[in-house]
Amino acid sequence: MTAATSRTWTAVCRLEDLVPERGAAALVEGEQVALFRLLDDRVLAVQQLDPFSGAYVLARGIVGSRGTAATVASPMYKQVFDLATGTCLDAVGRTPVDGHGADLRTWPVSVVDGTVLVGGPS
Amino acid sequence: MGDDLIDGVTEPKHTETTGETRAAYRRDPEVDPVPAPGTGALGARQEGEPVTKHLVVVGGGMVAHRLVEALRDRDPAGTWRVTVYAEEPRAPYDRVALTSYFSGRDPADLALGSPELWADPLVDLHRDTRVTAVDRAARTVTAHRNDTGHVTTDHYDALVLATGSSAAVPPIDGADLPGVFVYRTVDDVAALRGWVQQQAERWARPVRGAVVGGGLLGLEAAGALQALGAASTVIQYGPRLMPLQVDEGGGEALRRLINAKGVAVRLNTSTTRIRPGRDGNARRMDFADGGRLDVDVVVLATGVRPRDELARAADLPVGERGGVVVDEACRTADPHVWAVGEVACIDGACIGLVAPGYAMAEVVVDRLLGGAAVFPGADTATKLKLSGVDVASFGDAFAHTPGALELVHADPVAGLYTKLVLSDDAATLLGGVLVGDASAYASLRPMLGRRLEGDPGAYLLPEGAGAVGRPQTTLPDDAAVCSCNNVTAGTVRAAVTEHGCTDLAGVKACTRAGTSCGSCLPLVKKLMTTELERAGVTVSTALCEHVELSRAQLFDAVRVTGLRTFSEILAKHGRPGLDPAARGCDICKPVVASILGSLGVGHVLDGETATLQDTNDHVMANLQKDGSYSVVPRMPGGEVTPEGLIAVGEVARDFGLYTKITGGQRIDMFGARIEQLPHIWRRLVDAGFESGHAYGKSLRTVKSCVGSTWCRFGVQDSTALAVELELRYRGLRAPHKFKLGVSGCARECAEARAKDVGIIATDKGWNVYVGGNGGFTPRHAQLLAEDLDTATLIRTVDRFLMYYVRTADRLQRTAPWIEEVEGGLDGVRAVVLEDSLGIAADLDAAMAAHVEGYADEWAATLADPHKLARFASFVNAPTTPDPSLAYVAERGQVRPATPAERADAARPVLVAGTTLAVRR
Ligand SMILES: Cc1cc2nc3c(=O)[nH]c(=O)nc-3n(C[C@H](O)[C@H](O)[C@H](O)COP(=O)(O)OP(=O)(O)OC[C@H]3O[C@@H](n4cnc5c(N)ncnc54)[C@H](O)[C@@H]3O)c2cc1C
Ligand code: SF4
Repeated sequence: MTAATSRTWTAVCRLEDLVPERGAAALVEGEQVALFRLLDDRVLAVQQLDPFSGAYVLARGIVGSRGTAATVASPMYKQVFDLATGTCLDAVGRTPVDGHGADLRTWPVSVVDGTVLVGGPS
Repeated sequence: MGDDLIDGVTEPKHTETTGETRAAYRRDPEVDPVPAPGTGALGARQEGEPVTKHLVVVGGGMVAHRLVEALRDRDPAGTWRVTVYAEEPRAPYDRVALTSYFSGRDPADLALGSPELWADPLVDLHRDTRVTAVDRAARTVTAHRNDTGHVTTDHYDALVLATGSSAAVPPIDGADLPGVFVYRTVDDVAALRGWVQQQAERWARPVRGAVVGGGLLGLEAAGALQALGAASTVIQYGPRLMPLQVDEGGGEALRRLINAKGVAVRLNTSTTRIRPGRDGNARRMDFADGGRLDVDVVVLATGVRPRDELARAADLPVGERGGVVVDEACRTADPHVWAVGEVACIDGACIGLVAPGYAMAEVVVDRLLGGAAVFPGADTATKLKLSGVDVASFGDAFAHTPGALELVHADPVAGLYTKLVLSDDAATLLGGVLVGDASAYASLRPMLGRRLEGDPGAYLLPEGAGAVGRPQTTLPDDAAVCSCNNVTAGTVRAAVTEHGCTDLAGVKACTRAGTSCGSCLPLVKKLMTTELERAGVTVSTALCEHVELSRAQLFDAVRVTGLRTFSEILAKHGRPGLDPAARGCDICKPVVASILGSLGVGHVLDGETATLQDTNDHVMANLQKDGSYSVVPRMPGGEVTPEGLIAVGEVARDFGLYTKITGGQRIDMFGARIEQLPHIWRRLVDAGFESGHAYGKSLRTVKSCVGSTWCRFGVQDSTALAVELELRYRGLRAPHKFKLGVSGCARECAEARAKDVGIIATDKGWNVYVGGNGGFTPRHAQLLAEDLDTATLIRTVDRFLMYYVRTADRLQRTAPWIEEVEGGLDGVRAVVLEDSLGIAADLDAAMAAHVEGYADEWAATLADPHKLARFASFVNAPTTPDPSLAYVAERGQVRPATPAERADAARPVLVAGTTLAVRR
């Protein structure tokens, strides 16, 4: 994969630092990002902030799937999010805390020579 | 014993006011709002119709409660308002469950009726107020407030007498001495308990109790005395126990069983006198045969007398042996006056059971609302469990029907007596007596008056005996299944077929079946399942969109096949058509993790298993609302040394943690950040602590009192047992968290009966109770077995827990599991104590393997650098604290800052890590 040139990319860690199907938090330009390495070595990134609790915990949720979408379930109140799009798939009857939407922000990720890079805004 | 489950009630035959009718009348709050008083049904009222009518109920007992509830249910327009005068100082309570008061239940637990019922503007309850006179001509009652002496008169349009009975005091010399009690109200049992405790403290020996009367009530009182730690002797005038319910053979079997439980029985004995001791308290009983008995407490349980004094004074006809005479509509000679419950003399007799009273209440409500219901007649079927002895009696138990055949099976060694009464062609069931094993009662009782399919002899044998099982009976739709709430088999079936209920909770809510005493639940469940199967509704027991099996099935599959990774399990047991890339979810993954944990497969963080864990299990701490964790080291049995306490205190101080004592008798430390956890645990492990598993769906704690080592009253060493049990079951993964408790005597200071497994010391060993829990629906544990020695106790708890671990649903606590599992509590008892499924050896081996394989998860984690790598706060900044965490000081400790406090720049919050933590 080649990194797009128009955005800034931050090297975060080596691919082998990430455990398949278990998230890890990273600090990217002062923001908390949750990284998920899937079984096929794809790496996806969403915000670490859980909009339904206001705590920075999403990397600690259980990774799974709904239909064909890879998902994470919040460890706090169990909302399920699509890791690729950030869409909240199941709010389990709750609403996000004030000032937050239910869907997650996502970041582009690229793995170059075993290094995991997270892309900034283009 | 303390847990005497009196699930006995009578069964009125089919009535016009069954569950169905009831449901049809039930108020729909959306459509029929309750009108405010006075405004009543004004809107709907026709010209010339009277204003809201006034019903006065005298007596605030069980039947009065049912009447008010039924009226408010069926009179949505509010054509009646009701005033209840209750002499006792409390709202109506469950008298049938009175004895549970001795097992530590709060009187408030016995309360009947939701708070909303008593707050209903059309319901006016006056407690502590006695009606002293009825003026039928003026249609008024005179009420007298006991505490203030205030007297009022109140006009009625209809009057219901629901005054119940009072305990009869036999004309024995000395029946009024201090230390002699009756057994009818909460105040009676509270006084009795106080007395026995006071005597226990006074004399350095077991308290000696006697019960006069060997009927249902007397045996219950004897059990209660035993539960209080007193010895008890039942003195029966006649030749057998429970003469109204069981025949001679049954009475003899019952006597033997009760005797074996440590209650002495004297038959054919008449008490002539109770003599006082030097202190003026009851001290000795003299009998007509010249015998005597030294006593410290006497309970009189010789019968009840209907409280018909108001009716007599108002010149209403009373029965030969008392009771207000009523017709089949429960109406007295005065068309404005009705009588229900124990005070009503119907068909020439008063009935001392609650279910017929409930039926009468429904009849009167129906009549008040213009209906034509009649009392269906009462059958006096009874089932009860006294000190773990099963007794049931139903229908024509004494074979009075001409030509009736009696089919008897008696096994004196096993203490069993079973009798069926059949019609002369041996086909129709007329009645029966079951002593020692009443498990056939639930299926037999609804068959009363109907043809029994198959060989009736099969019902006589204990369940599981012989090669042939009990015949499968098909209950007719009109057979009453739940006699407490009068719900028929048809109603239960309709709940499934017409109302779409698919589980027991739904059926209970829809029909009320099994919501009172619960003895019919196994039968209700069976009916429901059959109906679901018949309707072709496959009740999906699939765990989630990925796994086809239920948790119990999955457990067996994993146990038997030896599959040990999630990928293998998903490949084998994934739902058909599952996307090959599917990877499970937050439902099936933790279930598999728990099953592997129960089976003792490796460490929680080994290999792929680590990906299955909830964050709590993954970092072995409890996630808190701000994303920090709490840490709980194990303190078995709640014991901790001073050095241990100091070590915990130092850790909490050095890491800036908030500390609190938990309900499980240990210390919880809050505010630990993920990257601090290994450092905290290094210190704790070095100080000799291990994981407390506060994070796991596993054993939490074994709460205990100090027991006989320190306590003046203790009869066994409860702490030592608690420590032993906690070390035995620590780390055992289960469908839900579970707790144990051990008390050193019947005073129950450890609140063991609020636990999944509660153990209470007795003079002879341990009583074990199961299925208690707090949480959303608090439950008291029910008696599983009595007077076990320590080895038998441990084996019993081993099997109970393993059986639960294997067969419960995901997140199902022990109480609902016991309700749902095959055979209910009796079924569990059979599996655990009698090995009815032949799996006991297997359960024992599984528990032995667990005990053998236990290792502290935290010590193992600290020893493995790969595992420690999981505790980085950020993959690119492993020791940087989460910058969002913020705390403020409160009562000398930290707590998370509120959003407002964070926003308030004028009041700086402590940012964890920068000021609080000590890092190595
Ligand atoms: C220990 C025990 C165990 C039992 N077990 C069973 C069992 O297993 N199965 C079963 O079916 N039945 C059982 N019973 C019987 C059952 O409790 C009664 O049948 C039932 O309570 C009768 O209800 P009731 O409303 O008619 O009378 P009660 O519940 O006695 O209520 C009458 C109330 O009216 C009050 N009252 C009386 N006169 C006045 C007045 N003038 N003014 C104001 N208030 C007045 C009384 O104080 C009392 O509170 C048991 C009873 C006891 C004591
Ligand atoms: S329960 Fe325990 S602490 Fe309470 S009185 Fe009995 S032995 Fe003592």
